[in-house]
Amino acid sequence: MAHADLISPVTITDPQPLVIAGREFRSRLMVGTGKYASNAQMVEAIEASGAEVVTVAVRRVDLDRAKDEGILHHLDPEHFFLLANTAGCYSAGDAVRYARLSRAAGFNEWVKLEVIGDQETLLPDTQGLLEATETLVSEGFKVLAYTNEDLVTALKLEDAGAAAVMPLASPIGSGLGMLNPYAIRIIKQRLTVPVIVDAGVGTASDACIVMEQGVDGILMNTGIAAAKDPVRMAAAMKAAVEAGRNAYLAGRMPRREIAVPSSPTMGMLGS
Amino acid sequence: MTQGSVVTETIAGEVVIIVNGDERRLPAGSTVADLLASLKLDPRTVVVERNRTILRDRSSLAMLELATDDSFEIVHFVGGG
Repeated sequence: MAHADLISPVTITDPQPLVIAGREFRSRLMVGTGKYASNAQMVEAIEASGAEVVTVAVRRVDLDRAKDEGILHHLDPEHFFLLANTAGCYSAGDAVRYARLSRAAGFNEWVKLEVIGDQETLLPDTQGLLEATETLVSEGFKVLAYTNEDLVTALKLEDAGAAAVMPLASPIGSGLGMLNPYAIRIIKQRLTVPVIVDAGVGTASDACIVMEQGVDGILMNTGIAAAKDPVRMAAAMKAAVEAGRNAYLAGRMPRREIAVPSSPTMGMLGS
Repeated sequence: MTQGSVVTETIAGEVVIIVNGDERRLPAGSTVADLLASLKLDPRTVVVERNRTILRDRSSLAMLELATDDSFEIVHFVGGG
């Protein structure tokens, strides 16, 4: 082909890979492993998402196990970075206990810290969250703190030594998308540590808009797992996160309230 | 057979422990490793907490004897966000 060079796609790479606590990650999309119809579907969706960081929960082994055999039988810890969460914990003490158990599994000293304050909204108990962050940081944990979109709490979490702050786009599992872009932007602008938006992304456009705010990444679970076709949605989310990141880096055009023609106004035919 | 305190319900030669909220009985002298084996669990894929203390050193599990009234939590990673 004579002009193959002209039609071959241009490779645009992210000039700054995601770095948290000194560790570089290959994707800005992090995914959860809950709510899938099967482990096979989960693995396929995670592969399609391109995510490196995958979250897992710590729970009792079912001693009468009919089928439950633990997620490590399906996810290769060599290939993925396992990020244990403290989901379901309603006090700082419980969250610290779960974090210590997850570290004892022996993979890493990272934790996605959740201290939930309300069962209906799953909104965080920010006081308990700060307390647990301080404790875990003092024990050498890398704490990624799930919080609401409140700037002051985000600043306090950073001061307490959080490795990343994870404000919600909207409540966990709600799929409502980003409700307060202003708050997310201001958190990103004011914090030095990475800001990873966690929770609330319902579809690819939500993910894209979140990334367009300039945040460092997104963590999602239900948005992929609860789609009719989770594997296809995972691929859509991957593309959306990359598109949103590129759009942010590219810098969008200014909004105008009147039209500006794209084609020349000169050279029109005579009437 | 070991000397020591005897709980009323305890049958001689057994230890009665709580594992993940349920009572279990094992032969006296059993270790934490024996407990995991009786539950068909691979020590490398679970984390064991005994009386709220995590047993970090997996190689020591075969040396830790169970005692009546011990409370164990045996956990692992499951799917979650």
